[in-house]
Amino acid sequence: MLKWLSQPATETQVSHGSRLWLYILVTIIMVLLVAPTLIVIPMSFSDSQYLEFPPEIWSTRWYQNYFGSDEWMLATRTPFKAAFLTMLVATPIGVIAAYGLHTSRVPFIRLAFVTLIMPMMVPVVLVAIGAFYAFVKLKVLYTLSSLVLAHTIMAVPLVLIVTGAALKSYDMNQENAARSLGAPRWKAFLTITLPQIRFAVVTSALLSFLTSFDEVVIAMFISGGDNPTLTRNMFNALRDQIDPTIASISTIMILITTLMMVLAQLFGRERS
Amino acid sequence: MTNNSLSTHGQKTRDGNNAKELRRDELLERLRLFGLSSPALIFVLFILVIPVGWLFFVSFIGADGTFSMENYERMIRSKAYGRIFRTTFEVSFLTTVLCILIGYPLAYFMSQLPRRLANICMITVLLPFWTSLLVRTYAWLVLLQKRGLVNDWAISLGLWEEPIKFVHNLNGTLIGMVHIMLPFLILPTYGAMKAIDKDYLKAASNLGASPVRSFWTVFFPLTTPGLFAGSLMVFVLCLGFFVTPAVLGGGKVILVSMKIVSNIELFVNWGAASALGVVLLVITMATLWIASRFLNLQNVVGGGH
Repeated sequence: MLKWLSQPATETQVSHGSRLWLYILVTIIMVLLVAPTLIVIPMSFSDSQYLEFPPEIWSTRWYQNYFGSDEWMLATRTPFKAAFLTMLVATPIGVIAAYGLHTSRVPFIRLAFVTLIMPMMVPVVLVAIGAFYAFVKLKVLYTLSSLVLAHTIMAVPLVLIVTGAALKSYDMNQENAARSLGAPRWKAFLTITLPQIRFAVVTSALLSFLTSFDEVVIAMFISGGDNPTLTRNMFNALRDQIDPTIASISTIMILITTLMMVLAQLFGRERS
Repeated sequence: MTNNSLSTHGQKTRDGNNAKELRRDELLERLRLFGLSSPALIFVLFILVIPVGWLFFVSFIGADGTFSMENYERMIRSKAYGRIFRTTFEVSFLTTVLCILIGYPLAYFMSQLPRRLANICMITVLLPFWTSLLVRTYAWLVLLQKRGLVNDWAISLGLWEEPIKFVHNLNGTLIGMVHIMLPFLILPTYGAMKAIDKDYLKAASNLGASPVRSFWTVFFPLTTPGLFAGSLMVFVLCLGFFVTPAVLGGGKVILVSMKIVSNIELFVNWGAASALGVVLLVITMATLWIASRFLNLQNVVGGGH
């Protein structure tokens, strides 16, 4: 240990010993980054009205409360449906938009790109009230389609960026070769390009799903009635009181996101 | 038909026409390819651009339904609105500074690790990045509340005697916002650090620079584009942030976005909300525009992923 402390950290660096403060600081930061969400998991199994860590009496009371509540169950079904449909809509239109912007060399590409990533730049509150207005006019407010439409524009920028980055590092000559051998453009794209950027496409799809599933502010305005969303109800519950049911829902949501992350990693490994 | 004549003159025009035709075909092909982005563009146009344009229009409609500047006048006159804008800037600025102070050392540390270890550390950044915003906000609410874990442990350890109020005030807002924004700073900064050629540092130390000096004169300046991109991303996202400050601020810390929502939900005052929205949008876009003169925005938005 002492020997390690006196060794230089890298070829050009001071010793580990004199960088000890950095290691301690970084450890604290990493714990603070991960611990808060992880602590919620054991807390959700507490029997108490006040969330404790570690729980004195373990129980699944709050899970029963969640699964037994028609209101929460309804609020769980909608975002799953919305997220799935958003993924199905946003991924193809985002991928073809990325391909279009990548291959066509027209002067207004920059403008189109900026327009398409706008939903990321514009404060989400404005997107929400704008969408609210649009859906009142279109008479689709509080329906599943309104959620899907609004979440699609939030997901498109991510698809565009992730797929666009993949296209940039992809050698277009491969597709050109297929086309020079007589394949029509769409066929060359589907059989040559798409399989090679599939990791980016899958990542885009997962991100689209999560964007929709996680989204709160837009859902707050345009979901309701028969189509409430989990996040909307959670947000309203958080504003009022600290309901331990939220801890069990949070745990389930952490599991879902972790699952998505593992899926993305698996597809990522397949590529390399 | 004249094109088919074998005269040299005809040959020339045919080639000329061919070239023209080819050019036209190519342009058409390019436009067709560009057209592939039209479904996405139509979505954004109808759900974002037109409605926001409408908000702009509504912001100039007064309470009596005629054109007026009253919504903007109120914003300038009212002390409350001034305070809200000041709070928004303060919170965004403080969050950005804290993210830099916390995120930079972590990114620096990770950039020096061997790949495998760096990937493990990266999980500590990506795990929160992928976890729902609401879940993380809720976690801080639970941990920081009066009878929460932080107060309980600190009191039992004797760090302080009375529970400290961490949530429903500025402290809680900042803690939650920094936690959520940190990955947006770390990812581009880390990217910039990884791209630095280590030979520069070796050269500096060969020329006699101390580690501290080579850090500040060689390493740090090379990381500023990434750091700047990340900071900008954090600042702009903070300006329009709603969920976390609304929950952890407990109504005590009012940001512009929250005032917009309450203007609509509570007071159904679209004019006032729209005017606030227009100002918020202009500030956000101006920040991005100024920044885009110094760096490639595509890198900024791409930096987070």
